[in-house]
Amino acid sequence: MISSHLPVLQVILPLIAAPLCVLLRRSSLLWLLSFSASLGAMVIAWLLLQQAGSSGVISYILGGWAAPWGIEYRIDTLNAYVLLIVTAISSVVLLAAKKSIEQEVPQQHWPMFYASYLLCLTGLLGITATADAFNVFVFLEISSLSSYALISLGRDRRALTASYQYLVMGTIGATFILIGIGLLYMLTGTLNMNDLAQRLPAVAQTKTMLSAFAFLFVGISLKLALFPLHLWLPNAYTYAPSIVSAFLAGTATKVAVYVLLRFIFTVFGADYAFSVLPLAEILMLLGVAAILFASLSAIYQDNIKRLFAYSSVAQLGYITLGISFLSVSGLSATLLHLFNHALMKAALFMALACLLYRQGGVKFSHVKGLGRQMPWTFMAIVIGGLSLVGVPLTVGFISKWYLILAAIEQGHFVLVAIILFGSLLALVYVWRIVEQGFFSASDDHTDVKEAPLSLLLPTWLLVLANIWFGIDTSLTVGVAEHTAHWLLELPAPVMPGATP
Amino acid sequence: MSTFIDLYNYWIFIFLMMIGFYIVIAQGNLVKKIIGLNIFQTAVFLLYISMGKVKGGTAPIIVAGDASYSNPLPHVLILTAIVVGVATTALAMALIIRIRKAYGTIEEQDIHEQDASL
Repeated sequence: MISSHLPVLQVILPLIAAPLCVLLRRSSLLWLLSFSASLGAMVIAWLLLQQAGSSGVISYILGGWAAPWGIEYRIDTLNAYVLLIVTAISSVVLLAAKKSIEQEVPQQHWPMFYASYLLCLTGLLGITATADAFNVFVFLEISSLSSYALISLGRDRRALTASYQYLVMGTIGATFILIGIGLLYMLTGTLNMNDLAQRLPAVAQTKTMLSAFAFLFVGISLKLALFPLHLWLPNAYTYAPSIVSAFLAGTATKVAVYVLLRFIFTVFGADYAFSVLPLAEILMLLGVAAILFASLSAIYQDNIKRLFAYSSVAQLGYITLGISFLSVSGLSATLLHLFNHALMKAALFMALACLLYRQGGVKFSHVKGLGRQMPWTFMAIVIGGLSLVGVPLTVGFISKWYLILAAIEQGHFVLVAIILFGSLLALVYVWRIVEQGFFSASDDHTDVKEAPLSLLLPTWLLVLANIWFGIDTSLTVGVAEHTAHWLLELPAPVMPGATP
Repeated sequence: MSTFIDLYNYWIFIFLMMIGFYIVIAQGNLVKKIIGLNIFQTAVFLLYISMGKVKGGTAPIIVAGDASYSNPLPHVLILTAIVVGVATTALAMALIIRIRKAYGTIEEQDIHEQDASL
C-alpha cells in the first residue's frame, strides 16, 4: 500500500515537518523532528533506488490525474541516485547540526533554521523526483528561497550581502528557466517531460526551440555555478553557517547538474542538444576554465571556507567536463563525481564546522599549529583533502580515473594533462592548510580542545565514507555506468543486485 | 511589417525584460535592483499570459454553443510564478532591511567600501 506512494512520500515528509518546526521551541525536539524527516526520506530514496534498479522506471501520478495533464513523478536510476545523494548528505549533516547551530545561530532563529533547512531539502527532492517541467521551476524556487534565508543566518554581516547577491543571480537564473519552459509549452502544449521528448522532434527546426534550449542552459548553468556564472557561490558558502555550507556544497549544485542532464538527455535529446549549440565545446572549455581559474583562486585565499568554495567551482568543472565527452566513461565520471564530490566537500565543510566551533573563525591565522590540539579534525581535513586531490583509496581517485579514461578514449591528451594539473593545484591548496596546522608553531592556541564528539562523529562518518566508496565501488560505479548507458540510449548492463 | 505588428505582445515582453535586466545590472541601489528584478519577472508573466490567448476566444467557462476559449493553463501557471515573485521580493526586502541595519546604507558601492576597509 505505502510502497506505491514512495516517490511522493520522500518529498512530503520534509514538507510536512517544516511547518511543524515553527511550533517547537526546544532545540532537541527540533533536531529530532528534522533528523527523522531527513532519515525517513533517505530510507525511501534507498528503497526507490532498489526498485528503479530492478523494475525500471517508476511512474507515480499525483492525485490520480493521469499524465500528461496531471503532474507525474518519474523515478529512474538517475534521479533515485541523486535522491540518495541529497538525502544521505542532508541526514549526516543534520547529525552535527544541533551542536553547531546552537553556537552559530541565535536562539530565536532555531525553529526558522530547521524549517528553512527542511524546505530546502523538500525543494531539492522535488526537483529531482518530478517529471513535470513547470514543477521543476516551482521546487527550484522553494529550495532557492529557503537557501537564501539559510545563508543570511550567518554571523558575519557579509552573510547578508552574500545572500542578497545569490538572491538576485538565482532569481535571474530561475526566470531564465521559466522563459525556457514557457517557450517549450508554447511549441508543444505540454509540460510533461516524457511528452515533451516525444513532441519536440517535430518542431526541432524552429528558432523558438533553440532559444528555449539556450534560456534553459544559461538558467541552469547559473544554478550550477558553471564558470563564469559562479560569482554567487564563494561568498554564499563562506559566510553561511557551517552546517548550511556543508549541506549546500553537498547537494544544491549536484541537483542543478541533474537538471542539466535531465533536460539535455531526456527532454531535448543528446543529438539535438549537441548539434544545435556547440555544447560539447562550451562545456569542455568552461569546465577547463573552471578547473584552472577556480583552483588558482583557491590557492590565494586566506579563509579556508572560501578556499573550499573555490575548490567546489573547480570540481564542478570536472563534472561538466565529463558531460562534454558524450561517452559512457565521461558520463560515468560525471555521475560518480556527483556522489564523490558531495562526500568529500560535505566532509571538509563539516571539519571546518568543528574548527569554527572551537575557534570562531576559519582563517589561516585561526588554525596555526592547531594540528596537535585538534588531531581528529585535522586528520579529517587531510583525508578529505587527499580525496579532493584524487589519491588512490579515496573516492576522488575513482572519479578522476574515469574522467581520464574518457579523455584518453577520445584522444584528448591535453585534457589529461589539465586534469592532472588540476589535481596538482588541489594538492597545493590542501598542503597550505596542512602546513599551517602541523608545521606552524603558535603559542596562542595551546588551550584549544578537540571538537566535541557530536560534531566529530558525523564528520568522520563522511570521511570514512570517502575511503569506503574509494575501495568498494560496486554501488557507485554500478549505478553510474548503468545510468550512463541509459542516458546515451545504449543497451545497459544489469544493475548489481537486480533481479533479471 | 504586418508580422512585426502582429507579434507586438512579444516585442513588449522582450522590451520589458531587457529594461528590467538592465536595471538589475546597472543600478547600485539595492531596492532599485529589486524593482528591476520585478520588471524582469513581470515581463515573463506577460509572455505566459499572452501565449494562452486565442483570437476571438472567450473566458474558459462552459457556455451554450460551441464558443472557442482561451487556454487557461498558462494563466494558472503564471499565478504560481507571481506567488514566487512576491515571495522573492518580500525576502529581498527583508534582507535589505537587515543590510541597512548592519551597514547603515543600501548603496552597493558603500557596502563594498565598508567590507574592503575591514
